[in-house]
Amino acid sequence: MTSHRIDLPCARIDRSQPLSFTFDGIRLAGFVGDTLASALLANGWRMLGRSFKYGRPRGIVGSGPEEPNALVQVEAGANTIPNLKATQVELYDGLVARRTTGWPSLRADLKSLGGRFGRFMPAGFYYKTFKPEFAWRRIEPLIRNAAGYGATPLDADPDLYDHQHHHAQVLVVGGGAAGLAAALAAGRAGLDVILVDESSEPGGWLLSMPNVAIAGKPSGEWLSDILAELASLPNVRVMPRTSAFALHDLNLVQAVEQLQDHLAPAARDSTKPRQRLHRIRAGRIVLATGAIDRPLVFGQNDRPGIMTASALTTYLNRYAVAVGNRVVILTSNDYAYQGACDLAKAGVRVTLVDTRTALDLAWERKARGAGIDVRAGYGISRTHGSHAIDGVQLIKLDAAGNAVPGRAPYLDCDAVGSSGGLSPTVHLYCHDGGRPQWDESRLAFIAPATGRARSGIFCVGALAGEFGLSGALEQTWIIMDEVLATFGKEQARERTHATTTEMTTSPAQRIFRVPDGKREGHGKKAFVDFQNDVATSDIHLAVRENYRSIEHIKRYTALGFGTDQGKLSNVNGFAIAADALGKSIPEVGTTTYRPAYSPVTFGTLAGPHAGNTFDPRRYTAMHACHAKRGAAFEPVGQWLRPWYFPQGSEDMHAAVKRECLAARRGVAIMDASTLGKIDLKGKDVRELLNRVYANAWTSLAPGKCRYGLMLDENGMVMDDGVTACIADDHFHMTTTTGGAARVLSWLEKWHQTEWPDLDVFMTSVTDHWATAAVVGPKSREVLAKVCKDIDLSPAAFKFMDWREGTVADVPARVFRISFSGELAFEVNVEATYGAHVWEALMEAGAEHGITPYGTETMHVLRAEKGFIIVGQDTDGSLTPYDLDMAWAVSLKKAYSFLGQRSLTREDTARKGRKQLVGLLTEQPDVVLREGAQIIESTDIKHPMPMLGHVTSSYMSPELGRSIALAVVADGIARRSPEGVKDGRDVLYAWARGDAHRVRVVSPVFLDPKGERQNV
Amino acid sequence: MFLIHCPHCGEAREEEEFSYGGEAFIARPGKPAEIGDEAWGDYLFMRKNPKGWHWEMWGHATGCRKWFVVKRHTANHTIAGSWTLTEGRKVYDAEATS
Repeated sequence: MTSHRIDLPCARIDRSQPLSFTFDGIRLAGFVGDTLASALLANGWRMLGRSFKYGRPRGIVGSGPEEPNALVQVEAGANTIPNLKATQVELYDGLVARRTTGWPSLRADLKSLGGRFGRFMPAGFYYKTFKPEFAWRRIEPLIRNAAGYGATPLDADPDLYDHQHHHAQVLVVGGGAAGLAAALAAGRAGLDVILVDESSEPGGWLLSMPNVAIAGKPSGEWLSDILAELASLPNVRVMPRTSAFALHDLNLVQAVEQLQDHLAPAARDSTKPRQRLHRIRAGRIVLATGAIDRPLVFGQNDRPGIMTASALTTYLNRYAVAVGNRVVILTSNDYAYQGACDLAKAGVRVTLVDTRTALDLAWERKARGAGIDVRAGYGISRTHGSHAIDGVQLIKLDAAGNAVPGRAPYLDCDAVGSSGGLSPTVHLYCHDGGRPQWDESRLAFIAPATGRARSGIFCVGALAGEFGLSGALEQTWIIMDEVLATFGKEQARERTHATTTEMTTSPAQRIFRVPDGKREGHGKKAFVDFQNDVATSDIHLAVRENYRSIEHIKRYTALGFGTDQGKLSNVNGFAIAADALGKSIPEVGTTTYRPAYSPVTFGTLAGPHAGNTFDPRRYTAMHACHAKRGAAFEPVGQWLRPWYFPQGSEDMHAAVKRECLAARRGVAIMDASTLGKIDLKGKDVRELLNRVYANAWTSLAPGKCRYGLMLDENGMVMDDGVTACIADDHFHMTTTTGGAARVLSWLEKWHQTEWPDLDVFMTSVTDHWATAAVVGPKSREVLAKVCKDIDLSPAAFKFMDWREGTVADVPARVFRISFSGELAFEVNVEATYGAHVWEALMEAGAEHGITPYGTETMHVLRAEKGFIIVGQDTDGSLTPYDLDMAWAVSLKKAYSFLGQRSLTREDTARKGRKQLVGLLTEQPDVVLREGAQIIESTDIKHPMPMLGHVTSSYMSPELGRSIALAVVADGIARRSPEGVKDGRDVLYAWARGDAHRVRVVSPVFLDPKGERQNV
Repeated sequence: MFLIHCPHCGEAREEEEFSYGGEAFIARPGKPAEIGDEAWGDYLFMRKNPKGWHWEMWGHATGCRKWFVVKRHTANHTIAGSWTLTEGRKVYDAEATS
């Protein structure tokens, strides 16, 4: 391929630093300062991919974040990044990139065969064709594979990411002429200023327009002077490679800074972040986000080599690349003229096709003077070429932009640039609810400089519709007066930059779709959105199919979806939809602009909050003891708890069976440290407990414990646990493992808002205590060996008592409580003694074969006794009565406890509520699925009444059969301890196609009188 | 994402330090047993949900853990101020009577 690199000294590439890179395995050359796109164009590369739907050849269209086509995969392995825009990838030595579409190869793409049948793939094709779900299920993977785009890395992300927070007085977004002028004004006034710019160097459009002078200096010199002054101001921070992607309430902007992506992987410092998220809270935000050249829509406008006119100009002036040797520029405005003149000056043969019949005389004279062939009153109806453009067919237009019958010239060319006017980059302005305004004279949705949606946000330059350089600088000056006034500051009076040699521009002609003389849909496809293959005919079809809202048209056609978020296509799409609907553009409006403006990596959003710093893993003080014994662990919230302790080749069922039998017949031990614990002190703690629990606490004496049910104000069970009275003004509350933080917040909120008069102090002590539950008929004997100062005899230490003493020579609180129904002692010691006490108890229990057990056995033991687990057997919709736990409700307390009044509300007290029951399967070896639906008959008719569901289900080793807990409508009345009772107790549990016959029984499967724990 | 001033700490901090507590100044009925289902239901469920100024509770969950009140505009998220529960009540009552 021939080089398209030209000699242009003012370009921003460094010819003294050549680089080598590969694309699709082919070694190519570029320079420092190039993007991957400019380097590919310099090497004559045209086709970079195939389109999403039709597999049409596609090439580079833009020069920045607006690029819809040139999506590439960069690097390999864990470092690979999919779907980067080649226009934003800075070239470095050794860069490896490849295409993301085109299979088996770019030139012979299988999907392009589909393109020939394009008329069978209209808008809404997927909805229409694959409505039958079975068909969609088979076809979807094929389509997804064909649709392609990049591949996500399969390895863990090896890079570091970082977050920084800033509080600036003024944030300027965009480092073009207006943004720089704004930052300078604020910086000279002494304000703390941050300026972010997404490109590798600030300058914006100035980098593409060297042939203009500002304040008597060439634009490049003006730019370096202003950057030097900004750098000299200690209160100003200029951040290149930093893309502001979201604007939130109260002037918060999020921006991502590319710290190392522009370096070769070998040159990157793996100890430093790859990208950094900046969260900038600014007193005032000055948006100077500029505008993007809007391409004209014409037949076959997607051929590689066709781009925006401004992209052609940028590749020429910034990167010294003449994309073509014979270039056609199609324009409806004056903005494209300067670039055309620059191309001609660089030796390119340029034909300027202007849709207007009456041209601006000064610009026309300038263009003709530069040797440009100017054709007024023409458009392009279709293009020619196989994998790259090689010619365009013109069409004659009248003054209103309508096609005129008759012959028009055909022009040979190797590149086309088009411009339909400028579309301001209003995205950030709209993120927090601002709406852009349609300006018919400028043919653009602009952000109003005044009348802002939010206080503290100012819009300058092209964003506010000031498309000319002089106008933009003057308007920035005026707005910055206003900005500084809000800080009580004034600008210096001399205007240093408001005069430029830029020629004035007259308004663009109102034309979006260049006519081809045919009815829409009958001519060549004219694309609006390249990335999603949305053509003008698709928008017309959507309107014919009665889509009226632009939001619906967008979703039906996929207009503006994708990684470019419609930066080139949206306004054309809105205008074409407006014409099809017979409405004005402001009547149609815009779709909603939401963050992010451009794609942000998950790594950046997560920053350092990944893995353990996102959600820390918590270990109990006895963890090492369990690991040493080969425990299998399971996560319970943040905690990692022993699940079961397999011995030899045991599977979980075998281990759980052994552990259960040990607890029921000998002695077993469990780490219960994760239970939430709250230390309550103050003279009114008793009253607090009376108010937050359904039970009564007035009579609980020191040395005693009580189980409590905590309800929310709706009367629904939200937590449970045992609370011990340490002293009259001191209690030790335990909560569920998962509910600890929630319960503390709940107590604090009520204390602070409703009951500030109560004298109570609450402290979370979950981590301060380690707890070992010694369980089983032999537990007393085991404990007695290491606890000499507590009388453990049944008469002296009753069920639901607690005693203070010494266990294994360390201070301990021993609770005689039981979550298994067996004789049990829960030994609480200071956490640092946890491992020591665990080992002492293991040693003391060795002669009885003390068996450590985990959460699975704990579940089986408690389910055998019908003990609920809040959050598993309850779901926030069950009252104590639904759980048949009226014994835990005291209605005689002076203060109406939380949730009490709700227990008599009509819905809470009605019949037919779901209630806790036990279920026994007809076949004892069938263990029901948790979540199985309870139904009355196996005669399945839709809709099938669902009576409830299984909440817990296990194989019980002690009972030698399966057991289950469930919530069932009217369940308590359905229970039958003695046998079948008019058939109401026989139900079916249905899951995944299987229905099992079950009998409804009491949830207490074992020892209903509670004798085992009272020995 | 708001910047919220905690009247207890005396500092404006990021929203992520706080937890939202819903509409402020919803008093729990003094004698729940004596009111009907409808009045109890109003207390439990009925909220103003205005488009405009809203008095709401925020808790400084990862800070001082105190609850306080904020007056916030629900349509444009302007925050008029934040007060301790006691001080806020005075401002709220003064607004209601003026």
